[in-house]
Amino acid sequence: MTLSLSSHLNPKKNQSKKILVPYITGGLGDNWLEVLEAVIAAGADAVEVGIPFSDPIMDGPVIQEASQKAIESGATPSSILGALAKQSFGAPLAVMTYFNIVHHAGLQRFAGWLDEAKVGGVVLPDLPIEEMGDWRTVAKSHKIETVQLVAPTTPDSRARMLCEEAEGFVYAVGTMGVTGVRSALSDSATLIGSRLAGFSDKPVLIGIGVSNAQQAQQAAKSADGVIVGSALVRRLLAGEGPDGAFKFVSELRHALDELSD
Amino acid sequence: MNVMGRPTSRGRFGEFGGVYVPESLIAACSELEEAFESSWIDPEFRAEYYRILSNYAGRPTPLTFVKRLSEKLGVEIYLKREDLNHTGSHKINNVIGQALLTKRMGKKRIIAETGAGQHGVATATAAALFGLDATVFMGEVDVKRQELNVFRMKLLGTEVVPVSSGSKTLKDAINEAMRDWVANVQSTHYCIGSVMGPHPYPYMVREFQRIIGDEAQAQFDEEIGGDPDFVVACVGGGSNAAGTFAGFASKENTRLVGVEPSGGAAIGRGSPGIVHGMRTMLLQDEFGQVSEAQSVSAGLDYPGVGPEHSFLHSIGRSEYYQVDDDEVLEATMVLSQSEGIIPALEPAHAVAWVLREAGKIIPLGSKVVVTMSGRGDKDASVVAELLKDRLA
Repeated sequence: MTLSLSSHLNPKKNQSKKILVPYITGGLGDNWLEVLEAVIAAGADAVEVGIPFSDPIMDGPVIQEASQKAIESGATPSSILGALAKQSFGAPLAVMTYFNIVHHAGLQRFAGWLDEAKVGGVVLPDLPIEEMGDWRTVAKSHKIETVQLVAPTTPDSRARMLCEEAEGFVYAVGTMGVTGVRSALSDSATLIGSRLAGFSDKPVLIGIGVSNAQQAQQAAKSADGVIVGSALVRRLLAGEGPDGAFKFVSELRHALDELSD
Repeated sequence: MNVMGRPTSRGRFGEFGGVYVPESLIAACSELEEAFESSWIDPEFRAEYYRILSNYAGRPTPLTFVKRLSEKLGVEIYLKREDLNHTGSHKINNVIGQALLTKRMGKKRIIAETGAGQHGVATATAAALFGLDATVFMGEVDVKRQELNVFRMKLLGTEVVPVSSGSKTLKDAINEAMRDWVANVQSTHYCIGSVMGPHPYPYMVREFQRIIGDEAQAQFDEEIGGDPDFVVACVGGGSNAAGTFAGFASKENTRLVGVEPSGGAAIGRGSPGIVHGMRTMLLQDEFGQVSEAQSVSAGLDYPGVGPEHSFLHSIGRSEYYQVDDDEVLEATMVLSQSEGIIPALEPAHAVAWVLREAGKIIPLGSKVVVTMSGRGDKDASVVAELLKDRLA
């Protein structure tokens, strides 16, 4: 059965428990499903699984490299979703990919794959709300939730509208830039967190440039939680595997739980 | 409908175009659209744009009848001489327009992608002229094969960033420029070099390039009279073709022909897809991963194409054909030796198609305008290597 983002994450928000959503690149290494299990075992509230695209314009060097490696080793949208379909996981999954992957598969067909894979949500960073009509019609008919991104450059009126339209959670872009590991949390991360808190009754999660436990804690003070991608994927590229992923996500979990107490 | 008029408000040419960019860039695309729309109807802006193109870039460019080649082929060939512009190609037309907009928007830095280096050199030139900081992204493969232009950009004071991701060519240079733009959008204008990308770029760049076609149409009408039977231009992203076609789109008896490299024929061999902010014809694999183009010409080495070309093709207003690298080299030699004009490898595609199709698709006696989008100096080392046996 598909676990939906909203039914799983909303109660946590309402209980003031900080939400942790790690990102992993689907098809990266033979053991990526074990990594996914380890990340959930370490306390992820939901997981973003990336379907790699050849031209990821929102991604920095780490996720570019992971995407390229996964594609070169034969990962495809259907192989990744097909692998997910064979297992069940203890946390809801969202797919993160670029719109050409969905468009090329066909919107209905892609939504069907998500159903079979028990994936309840999608994040499509190059599909702004104005271009999203056809996809949302299809996604709604499959009960798939489409996350909306809100950026530091998004004006308030538009941010309000995006929070209204968002399903699952609001992806608050923490810094002006692409995904990547950064030495310090950007000021814009806490600013956008507090700005969106007033607009949204859904969980607001800060992503992009949240790189370690301390930064996660700092960001989560102004929001409902965080998304952590590059800092985790960098460990996977370095060969740390499921054990390394478990250890890192556990650190993030503990840091966030300190805020929830 | 008015062919080559305005796209819809969200930048659609039929089912092509649009604004497929991250939320971080939405505000910048809207800001640029407003700046362009208000400037393009402002007589002062237009006057300054035309003044710079005239007394700095050297416009108008001539329409040259090439007598010897015409006699040999049995068709009348007229070259629109964009190779005679300052910096050596049509790219300056667009860059002057965008540099003026950059000033209007109060931004201090411009970035650009470049394949052959012509757009990079034009951007570096405009940056020097207007006192802007400039960074140009260029694939590592292209940095090697277009050495002269890399040096020119550096001499002009521009930072050149080699891009080592993916195919290390134009497509990847665009990815990297977009990433820089996402990070620096408040201070930086992304000066896209072709009729591609998110709205308003495909429309705006075509308008900045339509001076090619408007001039050529007026020159043809005055010097020869009537309308040409064919207008031919090479197509990578398609800016010189779009600018040329814009001047002739309303001439029902003029056939508009775009010539793609056989290794990068997005229209000829692609399918609809979404990349670099637009929905357009695209070379891609069965899963939607973008393919790497393969062409001797760095400027046409691109797996996509401007969305308006995809649209013009879909409604049958323009036609697209392919030529291969060998035909392009042959055309480079033929034009050089029969007319004393060394073409860049990009417009050599258009010449190659005319050489092949004169007396076939092009009936004998036809009048043909070919856009000579750039001069061949930048390709000297590549062409010297490929033609070394024949020119020994």
